[in-house]
Amino acid sequence: MRGVLSDRMGAALLMAPLLLFLILAYAWPFLGVVKWSFTLPTPGLGQYQALLTDDLVQSVFIRTLRIAAIVTVVSVAAAYAITVVWVRGSPAQRLIAEFCILVPFWISVLTRAFGWVALLSNRGLINTWLQSIGFISEPLTLVRNEFGVVVGMTHFLIPFAVFPLASAMRSLDDRVLLAARGLGSSRMRTFWTVFVPMTRSGIIGSALIVFVFSLGFFVTPAILGGGRSVMIAELIYLRIFQSPDWGLGAAISVVLVLFVGALMALLFRYVKPKQLI
Amino acid sequence: MQQPGRAAEIKAIGIGKSFGSFRALDNLSLNIGRGEFLTLLGPSGSGKTTFLMILAGFVQPTEGKLFSDGTDITDRPAEQRAAGMVFQGYALFPHMSVEANIAFPLKVRKKSAADIKKRVGEMIERVGLIGHEKKLPSQLSGGQQQRVALARALVFEPGVLLLDEPFSALDKSLRGQMQAEMKRLHQETGTTFVFVTHDQSEALALSSRVAIFNHGKLLQVGAPDEVYDRPDNRFVAEFLGEINMLPLKGVKPADNGSTGLCEDRAVNMHCKAEKVRGDAILAIRPEHMSIAREAAAGENGIAATAIASTYLGAATKLDLTTRQGAKVTVSVPNEVAAAALSKGNSVWLTWPAEKGFLLPDGGQ
Repeated sequence: MRGVLSDRMGAALLMAPLLLFLILAYAWPFLGVVKWSFTLPTPGLGQYQALLTDDLVQSVFIRTLRIAAIVTVVSVAAAYAITVVWVRGSPAQRLIAEFCILVPFWISVLTRAFGWVALLSNRGLINTWLQSIGFISEPLTLVRNEFGVVVGMTHFLIPFAVFPLASAMRSLDDRVLLAARGLGSSRMRTFWTVFVPMTRSGIIGSALIVFVFSLGFFVTPAILGGGRSVMIAELIYLRIFQSPDWGLGAAISVVLVLFVGALMALLFRYVKPKQLI
Repeated sequence: MQQPGRAAEIKAIGIGKSFGSFRALDNLSLNIGRGEFLTLLGPSGSGKTTFLMILAGFVQPTEGKLFSDGTDITDRPAEQRAAGMVFQGYALFPHMSVEANIAFPLKVRKKSAADIKKRVGEMIERVGLIGHEKKLPSQLSGGQQQRVALARALVFEPGVLLLDEPFSALDKSLRGQMQAEMKRLHQETGTTFVFVTHDQSEALALSSRVAIFNHGKLLQVGAPDEVYDRPDNRFVAEFLGEINMLPLKGVKPADNGSTGLCEDRAVNMHCKAEKVRGDAILAIRPEHMSIAREAAAGENGIAATAIASTYLGAATKLDLTTRQGAKVTVSVPNEVAAAALSKGNSVWLTWPAEKGFLLPDGGQ
């Protein structure tokens, strides 16, 4: 290759198939969606006005933001703990942590959602066990509500939250932690006043990536929410396929894409793309 | 290493450290006096940094005991020893301002806000960082970061300050400046300083005593002039600076020192021939030898031929070969070197009896 093509030409050629695919399968159809949002059922800004007044759409938006926020806090906190073990634990601890992080990746999101249903439903493992030991008399409602959605989404998103955190923790200079201890700081205090603040960029990157993923979640809320805890992606689906209202569905899509786009722009101010893998 | 404001006295007895099968430190016993400036000197991997880390409490020795002011601190964790420490690369807290970095050890000790403010202010003034209080470490130059690290390690008045190659990242002129500053801080605080370096000139310039390490062993401890002028063994002799080694035969005690044969000529040394008898090595620093037309009877001397010279500005380094093929280097005034070279044949190298010392023949 060298001598025939410049490096830049080579890189462009290697990226071309993916770019072409993204344009044809993603950008071009999305432009169609944008067009629908301004033209269906009648041309104009009517659908965007409806977004501002429609109580259902607004309640779904607020629920989506709320669930995404809760999932973000829980996922990042859980991911932080497991990443500390993965990056700084003993070799055996690292292996166990790595196993916990990677195994969920190999199981489909659908399988995991149904798995949680089997665990959390009224006659599921958790309720029957709690009843059998006499801890509760009536089954707890653990699915078909926001709780189930949060559990399923958190479980799915923890591995994604791990990578930016791991990258921040790996680049941390050990001597700074030694310095803190040498100056008289206990392990606990060193963790909270030195270690955590020094991994700030990882926390921000991790939180943004989980939040962005949560906003567009479809399968998990659809299954674990059981239609009672509808999130934005499911609402778009319902508007397009159930109550044909393509214009409104398209307008919601456009708003969601713009919002996510803005968050991604924010994300890349704090983290380099390669830190997310 | 506890009572603030008071220099600590440290005693290490039979300290050893193994990492798996690697012996990093072997049977080290050393007393570090109150208020002393001790330098641990050696090549990388010699055990000097391991010993410093054991003093700090970051590394647990495999065997041996460590005492501070008579108290056994071998098992005491680093945060309870509270030795001030300056790391290679400074290890400042990157998310804290200069002020917050220096205040950290005081906050940990739960000092009052007013006390912290006062002591941090004094320390900032002492290390010359006024005007930089609110800056982050990343906004400072290497020399300024160094000062923050020193201030942070000294602000809580530790009994001992440990320094791990603190100047290795600085350029030469800044190094000199920081060395002078550190000497001043040592005098002002009166704290015990333990300083690690692989730079022998730095060690000789700064310390009250130098401890020389190699392959995990402490080879010699002494005042700078002591270890430089009277090294115990070949490694110390060579590590502290350039040195000429001449084979010596028939070494035996004499009045006022010892005597032996150097290329068939009798030479005298002031040092005692306690450790060596018979064959030995006579070691002389290049700056202690001079060039002469001939050596007087009874004067130490050896005939040699000048073969090359290197101009060093203030002096010239002259390489010579003796009749029996030993290589000798001397440092002499420029015109003396030129004269010796132009002659093309034999000159005499002479040295005072107190400047030559005996090393065991072969190796250490």
